Amino acid sequence: MAALKDVAIIGYAQARNERQAQATEVQFLFPVINEALEMSKIPRREIGFTCAGSCDYLSGQTFAFVMNLEAVGAWPPISESHVEMDGAWALYEAWVRLQHEDIDTALVFGSGKSSPGNPAEIYPLQMDPYTLTPLGFDPVSSAAIQARALLDAGKVTERQMAEIAARSRRDAMKNPYAQVTGEFDVDELLAQPYVTAPLRKHDLPPISDGACAVVLATGDKAREVCERPAWIRGIDHRIEAHQPGMRDLTTSRSTRLAGEAAGVGSAPIEVAELSATFTHQEPILREALGLGDQVAINPSGGALSANPVMAVGLARIAEAAKQIVEGGRRRTLGHATSGMCLQQNLVCVLEGEQ
Amino acid sequence: MQCVLLGAVTELRATTHTIEFPYTRTLGPVIGSFFTGLRDRRILGIRAGDRVLVPPLEYDPETGDALKPDFVEVGPAGTVTSWSWVTKPTRKHPLDRPFGFALIRLDGADTAMVHAVDAGSIDRMQTGMRVTPRWRDERKGRIDDIECFVPEGGAA
Repeated sequence: MAALKDVAIIGYAQARNERQAQATEVQFLFPVINEALEMSKIPRREIGFTCAGSCDYLSGQTFAFVMNLEAVGAWPPISESHVEMDGAWALYEAWVRLQHEDIDTALVFGSGKSSPGNPAEIYPLQMDPYTLTPLGFDPVSSAAIQARALLDAGKVTERQMAEIAARSRRDAMKNPYAQVTGEFDVDELLAQPYVTAPLRKHDLPPISDGACAVVLATGDKAREVCERPAWIRGIDHRIEAHQPGMRDLTTSRSTRLAGEAAGVGSAPIEVAELSATFTHQEPILREALGLGDQVAINPSGGALSANPVMAVGLARIAEAAKQIVEGGRRRTLGHATSGMCLQQNLVCVLEGEQ
Repeated sequence: MQCVLLGAVTELRATTHTIEFPYTRTLGPVIGSFFTGLRDRRILGIRAGDRVLVPPLEYDPETGDALKPDFVEVGPAGTVTSWSWVTKPTRKHPLDRPFGFALIRLDGADTAMVHAVDAGSIDRMQTGMRVTPRWRDERKGRIDDIECFVPEGGAA
């Protein structure tokens, strides 16, 4: 859907991603929320709506997300909501909420602490409880099936996948929040054994503990507090069938539809931050969004250099906003995904004013 | 274990608490029929227009329309359309030794279902290979009534 009322990103912050944070989720969220609010110059008590994205399964406790409100400050009482999804969908809800015009600011955050559990055993719980969960069908195995379909179709090679990993880790050296960084030789990466064939370790995202917060404001309010707001020009999300065997895994129809609805193709995109959590998903997303070689993909290092589940998609949007607010870019894109093998996808197009 | 409370030494009591969901539920006319079929060593798909969906869904994923419970027996053998090779199974996986997770399009079906393939070695796995189910002796109407699939013409 094209944007109805002008809404912009005017503040953002991320936690430094860690393999195993010593702090609790609410402890590492606290400075992130403070930093995003500080950047936005909106006093905490003036925020009209707060929306969070997190996953109780990661915490292993029902209503664990309520504790994260400690990091927001919920007294005097605030108006807030939560999605059991990546923070990018919390941003979508806040964007819809701002369309009502009775408030002009919103705080959005996503957070996740994956380290205490075993993702290979926890994630199958989100699958079809009758035909997939009992098989323990885990995200790496499903991603590997998708990668095989892509390799069989001749749409990508294992070398191209390793090159994507090497580029992401190299770019991540400039990202203070990244977790897996450095110079890697593609031949050496390809000499590594498969973890789950045809995926090697470098094809997988790291396990990360992390958080991201974003502050939104409407029209005049955004201009009042921010020199160069990142305007949300289009935002949309689409979902496909939950059975992976009922989709063509070598393409992403939902990403294409979301991209079309968000207006990706109506003007050139300079930078795209894609939630490609596995190397082979980057070419699928590029194709679905029609992003050519002139588009810079994941200059932050992307999800391959840090994968804070429930925050990684919002972090892509924050990075895309940063390219406009701090980098002076004209038009960028943030993408988030949910479910296995890119089942559900959200596309957010951002623009700076000339 | 002991703890000190207001200067007095108190024995801590341990109790065992089992979390349970003490209710049963129906799986409905579609998934229920599918699992009843598995118990009887039959694999059922559902018609959705010209296509046969396996596992069956209550709705057409293309249109969202409700589907009539019009079942078709498929398989039991099928063709692997894509696969991965798990070298270190988790305790939640169907097999405790290296195996393939595969998308298997059963004969007569237009979609593929996820299941494990006990091929013994990655060298025996390939896209397009033929597989057939290995049924459990005691079946309960669950997806794992099929213990796994095995290469056609000889188990691993």
